Amino acid sequence: MIDAALIWEWIIKSLILIIFLTVGFMYVTVYERRFLARIQSRIGPNRAGPFGLLQPAADGLKLIFKEELIPANADKFIFLLAPIITVIPALIVLAVIPWGEAMVIFGRQVNLFISDVNVAVVYIMAVTSISVYGITLAGWSSNNKYALLGGLRATAQMISYELALGLAFMGPVVLAGSLSMVDIVRAQQSSLWYVVLQPAAFLIYFFASIAEINRAPFDMPEAEQELTAGYHAEYSGMKFALFFMAEYIKMIAISTIGATLFFGGFDGPFVDQIPWLGPIYLLAKVVIYLGVLIWVRASWPRIRYDRLMQLGWKIMFPLALLNVIITAVVVVLVN
Amino acid sequence: MPVIGTIFYAFLAIVAVGSALGMLINRNAIYSALFLVLNFATVAVLYLALGAPFIALSQITVYAGAIMVLFLFVITLLGAEKLPGYEPIKGHRIVAIGLAFVFIAELVLFFFFRNQVTGPIPLIGPEFASPRNIGVLMFTEYLLPFEVVAFILLSATVGAIMLTKPERKSTTKLSQQQD
Amino acid sequence: MLNQWLYIGIFFIIAMFLPAVAIFLARLLSPKKPTKIKNSVYECGMETFDPTWIQFKIQYYLYGLIFLIFDVEIVFLFPFAVAYGNLALFAVVEAIIFILILLGGYLYVWRKDALTWQ
Repeated sequence: MIDAALIWEWIIKSLILIIFLTVGFMYVTVYERRFLARIQSRIGPNRAGPFGLLQPAADGLKLIFKEELIPANADKFIFLLAPIITVIPALIVLAVIPWGEAMVIFGRQVNLFISDVNVAVVYIMAVTSISVYGITLAGWSSNNKYALLGGLRATAQMISYELALGLAFMGPVVLAGSLSMVDIVRAQQSSLWYVVLQPAAFLIYFFASIAEINRAPFDMPEAEQELTAGYHAEYSGMKFALFFMAEYIKMIAISTIGATLFFGGFDGPFVDQIPWLGPIYLLAKVVIYLGVLIWVRASWPRIRYDRLMQLGWKIMFPLALLNVIITAVVVVLVN
Repeated sequence: MPVIGTIFYAFLAIVAVGSALGMLINRNAIYSALFLVLNFATVAVLYLALGAPFIALSQITVYAGAIMVLFLFVITLLGAEKLPGYEPIKGHRIVAIGLAFVFIAELVLFFFFRNQVTGPIPLIGPEFASPRNIGVLMFTEYLLPFEVVAFILLSATVGAIMLTKPERKSTTKLSQQQD
Repeated sequence: MLNQWLYIGIFFIIAMFLPAVAIFLARLLSPKKPTKIKNSVYECGMETFDPTWIQFKIQYYLYGLIFLIFDVEIVFLFPFAVAYGNLALFAVVEAIIFILILLGGYLYVWRKDALTWQ
């Protein structure tokens, strides 16, 4: 039953996860800028603190002290609401990810997840589908033509790739026989990681999730050359920072979900004996996954919008559907 | 615990009814749509409280995630941000008020007669609405409705194309020339 | 099971504080000196003309409709994927028929050239 100590435990866990994501967002920006710079034979920001590690603090402070402009004809309430409802889905999608085995901390048995629900994968789908609103509303409320066009493009792109994303989840779910993330990790502990058993699903997930968070090479909505900055063209100061933060937290989120669904999550050698290795393994996998995302950004040019939509509808979606059918048939034949 | 449950339910009910009213009364179409999203979300939380998480999340995915996005498209595409104050169809307010009275009468009747109609609700186990149970039921007991859904969706696809696809002879030629 | 949703609720409420606090802090600390030019719409230095909220391309709506239909299909497939181990072969065939019917709809949409962005 619920008691006060249990509620406190969850409040503390939630705070830890949110602080971790905020700090993680700051350092992913540094990671991206440094790594991108190395790929392009530059050095990147290295002046603020050792190795540029204080750069995000400097950026954050600068953005707090910047004036926030609201365009004269904008819809002021929705203009303020849009960054907030962009950040929240990015944060709460991680509530269903397990970070490790249950541990004993201060004599208490503590589960290392916010929540283990039996519909976790559908929860991820639901939260992803909600995250469209912030961007659409930001584009609409600014009363700027570039912003509106960017917002509409982003929405159409996100819904197009959401189908492939949902179908890519289906492979691990069929193999594990459960929608709970904890069960999916357990199933991978007892068999192989699903990236081996479901390589097609992983590739579809990888690209569809990049398109879903509007990252390069699918960053059409904010294509600088044609749309200035897309849906956040009119945003400045802290509200702009919130959009920026949502984008990077979404990067962390898709890396974590991908690592959990396809790379065994907190699974790794000796994790049964030493439980605190679990979060470290997960973190290592997420950092590598993020590195690949940055590498993708550095290597591929942005693709044209009509090709982007065609890729989503004519290649990714039928492939994902085919993958579901083949997985179902193969599982039947093996059993 | 029952007191907290009642307060929780009352809060959700007020938000749900309030957002529905807000959606009806607001003249700005975007605000109406957002009120409707809020309404869907509250109803989803109610489903959760009833122990049906899969239904709740489907509600969010399909209604808030797909149908409302469609509405937002329509609103942003039609550019109709504010409705005119007059009646588009003559006399539709009178008909609407009449229908509303019929509906309220129905609710009142149901409220007074429900005890005779329904017996005590049987208790359900925690696994009742789990996705696995839903799946098993869907493929054994409710197989025919499930396949009928496929045909309804198929006809919806055809309908969608019929409604939105303009005559495409000229555009096809144009795109072929461009390629 | 209900407890688990309560935990997500707690997390949700705490997550709401992050953007709220950020916006509040910025409102306290940032300067506020709006002028007419600063508040004008950004359009590469040009003065903007004509309203922004005008009629737009119908194709976005078409994509929305098709998305809705296949989204419903995916939601229906989730219980199937979970219950997979508990189902007879017959049910699996039925599920594949379900997918194939919708695949027919998908092919129809493709043939009608609705998936090509114009």
